[in-house]
Amino acid sequence: MTYVRTIEHADIVHRCFRCGYCKFPSDYVDFNCPSYKAFGWDTYSPGGRMWLIRAWLNDEIKSSPHFAEILYSCVACDNCKTQCVFPKFKDFIPDIFQEAKAELVNEGRIPPEVRDYFKAIAVNGNPYKLPQSERGKWAEGTGLQPYVNQEYLFYAGCVGSYDEVGQKMARSVGKLLVDAGVSVGILGSEEACDGSEVKILGEMGLFTKLAQENIEQFKGKGVKKIITLDPHALNAFKKDYPKLGGKFKVFHYTEILAGLIKNKKIILSAYPMKITYHDPCYLGRHNQIYGPPREILKAIPGVEFLEMHRNSLNAFCCGGGGGNFFTDILGTGEDSAGRVRIREAMETGARIIAVACPTCAKMLSDAVKAEGLEDKLEILGIAEIMERARTK
Amino acid sequence: MRDILKALVEIVGERGVSNTPEELWFYSRDPGVLTPHLPDYVVAPRTTEEVQKIVLLANREKIPVVPMGNGMSLTGLVIPLKGGIVLDMKRMNKILEVNAMARYAVVEGGTSQGVLKAYLQEHHPQLRHSIPDAPPTTTIAANAALHGQGRLTQQYGFNSEMVTGLEVVLPTGEICLIGSPSLGPYWFSRGPTMPDLSALFLGWLGTTGIITKIGMRLYPNKKIRDVELFVTDRVDLIPHILYKLTHLEILEDVNVWFQPKPLVFKGNYHITLYFTGDTEEEITFKRRMIWDTLQEYMDSKDGGFMSVQYMKDMLMEMPQRGIADFADVPKGGGFEYSGPITIIEHFPQYAAKVVELAAKYDVLYASSARLISGGHCMMFSISFAFNRNDPAMMTRVKHALDEATAFALEMGGIPWKPNFMEQKMTMEKMDPNALKLLQMIKKNLDPQGIMNPGNWEVNP
Amino acid sequence: MYALKWKEKICATCPSADCLLKCQYMSFAGHDEAHGEMMKVIRGEDSRVLHECATCYACEEYCKRGNHPFYLISERREEKGLFTAPRPITNQWINMTQMQGKCMAGAVKDKALSCCFIPDLGILGQGEIFKDVAPAAVFGAEYMCPAVHTHFARMSVIKERLPKVIENFVKLGAKEVICLHDECYGTFTAIADAYGIDVPFKPVYYMDFLLSRMKEMKDRITPLGIKVAYQRPCSNRLIPDKYPLVREILDLIGVEIPDRVYQGENCLCCGEILRSVSGYKLADDVQERNLNDMVASGASYCVFNCPACQSSLSEKVAKKGLKPVHIIDLCKMAIGEKEREVK
Repeated sequence: MTYVRTIEHADIVHRCFRCGYCKFPSDYVDFNCPSYKAFGWDTYSPGGRMWLIRAWLNDEIKSSPHFAEILYSCVACDNCKTQCVFPKFKDFIPDIFQEAKAELVNEGRIPPEVRDYFKAIAVNGNPYKLPQSERGKWAEGTGLQPYVNQEYLFYAGCVGSYDEVGQKMARSVGKLLVDAGVSVGILGSEEACDGSEVKILGEMGLFTKLAQENIEQFKGKGVKKIITLDPHALNAFKKDYPKLGGKFKVFHYTEILAGLIKNKKIILSAYPMKITYHDPCYLGRHNQIYGPPREILKAIPGVEFLEMHRNSLNAFCCGGGGGNFFTDILGTGEDSAGRVRIREAMETGARIIAVACPTCAKMLSDAVKAEGLEDKLEILGIAEIMERARTK
Repeated sequence: MRDILKALVEIVGERGVSNTPEELWFYSRDPGVLTPHLPDYVVAPRTTEEVQKIVLLANREKIPVVPMGNGMSLTGLVIPLKGGIVLDMKRMNKILEVNAMARYAVVEGGTSQGVLKAYLQEHHPQLRHSIPDAPPTTTIAANAALHGQGRLTQQYGFNSEMVTGLEVVLPTGEICLIGSPSLGPYWFSRGPTMPDLSALFLGWLGTTGIITKIGMRLYPNKKIRDVELFVTDRVDLIPHILYKLTHLEILEDVNVWFQPKPLVFKGNYHITLYFTGDTEEEITFKRRMIWDTLQEYMDSKDGGFMSVQYMKDMLMEMPQRGIADFADVPKGGGFEYSGPITIIEHFPQYAAKVVELAAKYDVLYASSARLISGGHCMMFSISFAFNRNDPAMMTRVKHALDEATAFALEMGGIPWKPNFMEQKMTMEKMDPNALKLLQMIKKNLDPQGIMNPGNWEVNP
Repeated sequence: MYALKWKEKICATCPSADCLLKCQYMSFAGHDEAHGEMMKVIRGEDSRVLHECATCYACEEYCKRGNHPFYLISERREEKGLFTAPRPITNQWINMTQMQGKCMAGAVKDKALSCCFIPDLGILGQGEIFKDVAPAAVFGAEYMCPAVHTHFARMSVIKERLPKVIENFVKLGAKEVICLHDECYGTFTAIADAYGIDVPFKPVYYMDFLLSRMKEMKDRITPLGIKVAYQRPCSNRLIPDKYPLVREILDLIGVEIPDRVYQGENCLCCGEILRSVSGYKLADDVQERNLNDMVASGASYCVFNCPACQSSLSEKVAKKGLKPVHIIDLCKMAIGEKEREVK
């Protein structure tokens, strides 16, 4: 018996003309698809992937480690969806990639790094394989209290909870929220993975389980409003959870902090510095939140805000999306997304790249090192920059 | 086989060569209707020297080499008809120089149209190049190598006529500079006043060498661009209208197009007229000249200017993103066109042929002609959309296109970027001595017959 | 087929001949000439009116005796096979507005909100002001008033399509149709009446709706304190009794319309149709006079009623330093729903 592959949007795959608009930002200044930029083969571009998926569905090519690498090198940055010139099906392009990955998961033909990731989440509840009991450690000293009916739940996510760079970001956000008198609590060691990366990597069963457990927990605790550190979590809570019955008001922390500045709940003093801002794909393109991070930076007296050439809708991904932060399929070569982005930031003359996502923070921090620019560029979360402006 | 792979890896590194089924499958085809053929290797060089080494290896091993830009000719010009190496040039994408005063740019052989456009916009806003309406991923060198056209072709001729110098790796592996760069540091002339050797590589579709660097003329980028859209339902008037319009000598670009759908376009022929100026006065003056020259058609009620407000953004875009959308009309991701170069007088006959072929083969058509060099000729595109999931429809489109090419040749036209079959049809009709000359050049330049074999092949 | 209700006697005894004497695009030596030309039109003879009329609709307003000079001129032009605009333009409009089943209809109960076949109206007809009726929005050729074809003297198209449009609204179960396009209201009232076409629902003019909604939301209005020039559209000539609503609405939101030359009965065409029908010379001249007059009035905004006028003039008024804005958006600005700075 032959196995018949299928994906939900199989009827659309053949409609890609592979014209290549998807490789670019809207002004064509450079390739804006991180996997194409890194690998350089047309197969690693969105159009190439569409054509290969069609060939694979038609059994013209087989499942293979190389095919899996092509699919898993996609960082789910949504640039292709934004730039595709076919309005009638462009919105489904990222879905098609995800469905193909899910099918590879079903076949058990996924890269070892991806399998390890799933396993760590399933077994340890986080990709770092660290104990659940340590999940809330980052919050020590911030003044953040366990969630008991406060107005907001602050959700830190795996990176914010366990990664050193992420923890710093989470702590600074936590402190600011507490200082500004926001009614907010955390789940600490009770917090679980949001499942965003699990979903994008195609493990739908695991994702559904994580999401349902989270929804149950949030509902059980009476959570109505959530502030997320991580735009990936924001996206999952906003777009995927409602389909499973989890309807919450979800905010990114920059939205809340921008509001606190506007309402004079946070007063900032001078911090003379040249700063650029890197849009996280899941905050920007995926959720159209471009304003608040910029409003915050512009509100700091003395900050000279400098845009990178590719920004907002056209921002170039850090390379960490689509699970690549953990699986590292994109690699760390000269043309890897993080390093390209660092070089672009350098062109602005900024000394700090402000970030709003712990994944970006980590990816870009590593890339700064790879480029040997540690003494010229600093990667800081928006809240960390605000803290500096409060202490100076 | 293993040795060849190893040798290639030595030249371009592991990430520069692939023979995995995925890359071989993808690089065996283009978005048109021609049958795919697998290459043995896909190679992506980063330097001229790497290209040279690959060609020397290919010579030694007698392996075909097919240079490729973005592979968007739609006529299978990058399908490796006899296997071998597909050379993806897109990693050679640097902009090497812009001489603003002499108005030229020098770029590497895989530099895309989009990247040059963005670069000029940022660094030399007073300059522009003749950007084609093909997607921005298409490359400057490939476009010139197939005598492509662009937004400035009406004013200044084929994009290949704008070439100001070449660096070419010959089929035998020599690196050769063509034109003024062969004498000094400047890239301002591809040949004149010497014999124009660039002609040995332009129009040859990669069968006589690999362009690794190309100089291109740049042109003034006026501050304001504007557009008018003249419509008429009388096809017989089109040549006269175009003659009058080109007499004005003020138009940047002129396209004549017709299509049955959406209904707003039904039954009419549309002439898109682009013009530029540095001041509002200049624009107004030019607009009035355009209107005045066509007044007689408005008086007779045979033609008029339609409102462009709702279409303006789309029309002004360079390249026009909407053009690719035609591929999705039959919801199937494909279109292909035959684009013969012909004289404007023949517009009515070609227009009739498009409609006839679409009806005969039951396929969707759209047609657009672009004037070349002030109306000395035009590219008349006979374009059919198809559904990639419908092999029968693809076959019908193929037949319709074959018939279109036969018609163009009958009418004394020249097929543009002809596929290997159309090349044969062209060569059969060609003056025998011209064909002999072609053969002589090809044999001398490529004695092993390794460059894009199957194309411009006199004695296969 | 429906026929224009026309009383020859009314014209024959007309003491003023205002329909033609007041025309801004044709000139006549006096009553006798104007009256004479109109009588030629009536008798089906050739008249220069049939060749020179710019289709501004104004004579429908100038005639105070209840006849329909503009419809008659258009009927006669069509009978004689005369084209006002070039043939391909005329046919383009006919083709473009054909019903193809591509319309959109919301949840219509008793009321429908007609967005005609103009996408901009779909956006205008949203927000607090339209919150109760926006879900009942309808859009598409199926719901489009075919009045535009009068510009091209193709009355037959109107007579053929208008009953179908009316039927389409009836099929939706609409008892009231709020018309966001001035021209739709003019069609369902004035044109339908002139041709004896039955309209079994109540057409509601959007400015009536707007005025009553703004009165309801009076507490939320912050007077805008600006001076504007109003661009009156051709189709408002079909329903001159509705013209005063503009001032009432603007008064309510604290907007002043200083007097200017080309206002009221003396208003000028936006130029879009003039360009098609008569060429750029007349269109440029009319637009230039109109815009200079707006500037001279001291206005800082140009307020539109018709999206077609807005599309045709926005860029041009902006170049003269005026901000183009639709009257609905102006109301949205007054209740703080829209930023005051408009594109």
